[in-house]
Amino acid sequence: MTETDHRFLSAFLRARSGLALNSDGLYLVESRLPAVCRRFGLSDPGELIAILRSGAVPEIEAAVVEAMVTQETFFFRDKAIFAQIQDIALPRLLEARAASRRLRIWSAAASTGQEAYSIAMILAGMAPSLAGWTVDILSTDLSDVALERGRLGLYTHFEVQRGLPIQLLLTHFTQAGDLWQISAALRRMVSFARVNLMDDFSGLGIFDLILCRNVLIYFDDETKRDVLERVAARLAHDGRLILGGVETPVGLTETVVACPDFKGAYSHVGCNRISRCDRDSPK
Amino acid sequence: MKHCLIVDDSAVIRKVARRILEALEFRISEAEDGAKALAVCERDMPEAVLLDWNMPVMDGYEFLGHLRRMPGGTRPKVVFCTTESNVEHIARAMQAGADEYIMKPFDKDIVAAKFQEVGLV
Repeated sequence: MTETDHRFLSAFLRARSGLALNSDGLYLVESRLPAVCRRFGLSDPGELIAILRSGAVPEIEAAVVEAMVTQETFFFRDKAIFAQIQDIALPRLLEARAASRRLRIWSAAASTGQEAYSIAMILAGMAPSLAGWTVDILSTDLSDVALERGRLGLYTHFEVQRGLPIQLLLTHFTQAGDLWQISAALRRMVSFARVNLMDDFSGLGIFDLILCRNVLIYFDDETKRDVLERVAARLAHDGRLILGGVETPVGLTETVVACPDFKGAYSHVGCNRISRCDRDSPK
Repeated sequence: MKHCLIVDDSAVIRKVARRILEALEFRISEAEDGAKALAVCERDMPEAVLLDWNMPVMDGYEFLGHLRRMPGGTRPKVVFCTTESNVEHIARAMQAGADEYIMKPFDKDIVAAKFQEVGLV
């Protein structure tokens, strides 16, 4: 691949997905694009880039973005975060939303849905206290392939063994040939939608809990700030935003600040306590 | 250093598991069937057992029953590691006192995740 092609591809990926190719970028390109070439019968990445430049084949453009973005995810990834969601965030939100009996949760850039289903499993364990509640869990990603897998709730032998306690596998999954399928009840709790964080997503509404983890690390600082501020604008006045372990808004934006009682979570300024917040909802 | 007993009739599986668990800083013992595993437990009760199901002489399920009745035998965390991957086998193992369950084939991430799940790493 020529230097010119590489520059074009970097700009293309940044515009389409926010992905900023770093020093590993060339390695990623060389390891992932040949599969896209084979899929579409193209001779080499150079021919692929020429097609991207023409803008004539949206299917190939989507396939390149899907191939280049990292879709690593697993159930209950980072146990400490899920323990705090279960023990701190959800009980307080349930108390604070007792009047409306409605809870909205967004799992952003969530690939095949394991994060959203992990939340659904936690909520299923709290079922008696959720009778009469409307709980919406939205799992979004820019990959249609990942979204379809999430909707089906079908996971491989390896996927169900990374992070998922065996008792939860027994409780919530059934065998489907060589795969495992999450129960229909949990699939009904989670909806899937295509959302590119580069685009306007204000139409999604306001959420009480947003998980946007391990995606900002692939963006440059300008994109990080832009995405963080627009995600924070979707957060309820006393909601919680959870970022990945190495991600932080510090130095990027002052829209959200760290929650002292929930490591890895952020809230609007002055809203450290879910049930004692008097700040207006963001517009 | 925690002691883990690997019980599997396949020398290859024992070797692979040993490498993974030594990297997780376990002291390793090995046994090729349930009867030999019980002898190890009598001498030096481990903190963890990585346990195959189908083995000659005494299988993993039978071993687990004997282990849990031994003095100090409720202490080890037992993680089954087997090709038996249907729901009935998993449920049976958990009812017999297993703490976690790995379906073969496995990799180091799965072993690490399961041992973390039961508080061993």
